[in-house]
Amino acid sequence: MYIAKDLVAASAAPMVLGILADGESYGYAILARVRVLSGGHIEWTDGLLYPLLHRLEEQGLVEATWGTAENGRKRKYYRITPRGRDSLAEHRRQWRAVTDALRETWGDVKGAAAWSARLAEGMAT
Amino acid sequence: MVRAPRGRDGNVTTPDDEAGFEAQVAQWREFILGRRGVSAADADELESHLRDQAADLQASGLAPDEAFLVAVKRLGAQDEISREFARVHSDRLWKQLVLSGAREVDKGRPDRTRREIWIVVGLAALAALAIKLPSLVGLYMNDQFEFYARNASLFFLPSLAAYFAWKRRASGRTVGVLVASFVAGGILANAYPFASEGQTELLTALHLPIALWLVVGLAYVGGEWRSHPGRMDFIRFTGEWVIYMSLIALGGGVFTGITVGAFSLFGVDAFAFADEWLLPCGAMGAAIVAAWLVEAKQGIIENLAPVLTKIFTPLFAALLAALVVTIPLTWTGKPMDRDALIVLDLVLVLVLGLALYAISARDASDAPGLFDRLQFALVVTALVVDAFVLAGILGRIGEYGFTANRVAALGENLILLANLAWTAWLALGFLRRRRTLAATGRWQTSYVPVYLLWAVAVVALFPPIFSFA
Repeated sequence: MYIAKDLVAASAAPMVLGILADGESYGYAILARVRVLSGGHIEWTDGLLYPLLHRLEEQGLVEATWGTAENGRKRKYYRITPRGRDSLAEHRRQWRAVTDALRETWGDVKGAAAWSARLAEGMAT
Repeated sequence: MVRAPRGRDGNVTTPDDEAGFEAQVAQWREFILGRRGVSAADADELESHLRDQAADLQASGLAPDEAFLVAVKRLGAQDEISREFARVHSDRLWKQLVLSGAREVDKGRPDRTRREIWIVVGLAALAALAIKLPSLVGLYMNDQFEFYARNASLFFLPSLAAYFAWKRRASGRTVGVLVASFVAGGILANAYPFASEGQTELLTALHLPIALWLVVGLAYVGGEWRSHPGRMDFIRFTGEWVIYMSLIALGGGVFTGITVGAFSLFGVDAFAFADEWLLPCGAMGAAIVAAWLVEAKQGIIENLAPVLTKIFTPLFAALLAALVVTIPLTWTGKPMDRDALIVLDLVLVLVLGLALYAISARDASDAPGLFDRLQFALVVTALVVDAFVLAGILGRIGEYGFTANRVAALGENLILLANLAWTAWLALGFLRRRRTLAATGRWQTSYVPVYLLWAVAVVALFPPIFSFA
């Protein structure tokens, strides 16, 4: 399934924050997690995750530390901050409002169709 | 793709493979570090990602060089990544270079970029030659000063317009308008029988460059003269061009001094050479080179200009406040002195330039801050000073009658007054959060044609009206 670029971009920050809310992680692992969580539907350009992480860091939503990986290489780990958790909660409220509204809209379309069908039926009899 | 040799079980990599992989990673790292906006720490982080990815791919059976290629592909285009980095870290000095590079039309066309250098050199040489052409027919600079003063802008502005017409791929129609404008400028500067040492001749020498500079603006925006962002870009370009010209002039002055000094050591007088060739030709060529520098190196100055505005806005605000107090205190009852009026006008033009530049360099979505209050104060005090100047000019006209100079000064100050008054009004709205900065910017760009019309009127109509005096 193809997911529009705008949608992917809009969901990127809340998704990263959500993944980091589960615990400290690093870029490569975050991307792997996104792939698993979305069932492979969400495809990020790997390199663009890092500018996003830096933006979140600048906004104080995550903090980063340099550490050493199991294989001895340098690796930058990211951790969510209390402000990041607040932001995540806000994101969730907004996304819920959007998805609820969408569900209502699409539900209404079905409801209206059923209603007009019934009306037509009533007029015919 | 050439497959790398594999070990017996198809999965073991040879030391050769490893070395090749390392070399590829090192090369990749060098490339990404060469991008603006990417710091060494960013490269470390990306490299760590690349290695993780490549290791996973190798574990699933790919040869090191294949794994490298796939990992690099997944990481994405380097320019896209570096642009994003630059956006996030906007404090990194070179951000605009990257951002402007992205909207650069000639991106990925190195032949055009390479050709640009030669076109710039050619046009600069053309401008340098143009100023020496009149001497072929016996018009020398030291005894035909008026001729050179009237025509100064005609030597280099056509080359400048040609550069932008080429760069922006101007349409045939635009080129036609440009050529017609410069021909008209040449006729107006030279066909009128100006009286010797008259005011109208001086006014032509002062106003023709303004009119023709705005004609260059038409080439700069590629014929899209209605576009307000285009006009704002040209305003910005003008400021940056002035900065570059000043820098080149400083260097040129030192160079000339050293040239003359060095030759005098050997008993050769190079002063005539410097005076007749080096300075005039150098200045003309520099005008083209400065324009090219502004185009090529936008980022550096775009970061310098806001700093300069920030430094000079408070200083000019203080100067104007002092003038507002001093002028009434020292008023003797007689009309203001002519030289005083000229100096005050210069100050006002500089203030308008500062205000313009501050607007053009600001992010239009920013909220008003201390600097905007300061700028508002600057514009309001400038308004008061302009009112004094207008009163002074009207006083002189009442006392000594109309002359070309006084009418020109009157018109210019009225134009300035109208601009400043509306700017102040818009700035007040911005401070009270009723308007955005964009409104002020739009007002300034809408006002540009007024300058053009006035400059053309002074050049075309004033000489006959004031009988070329």
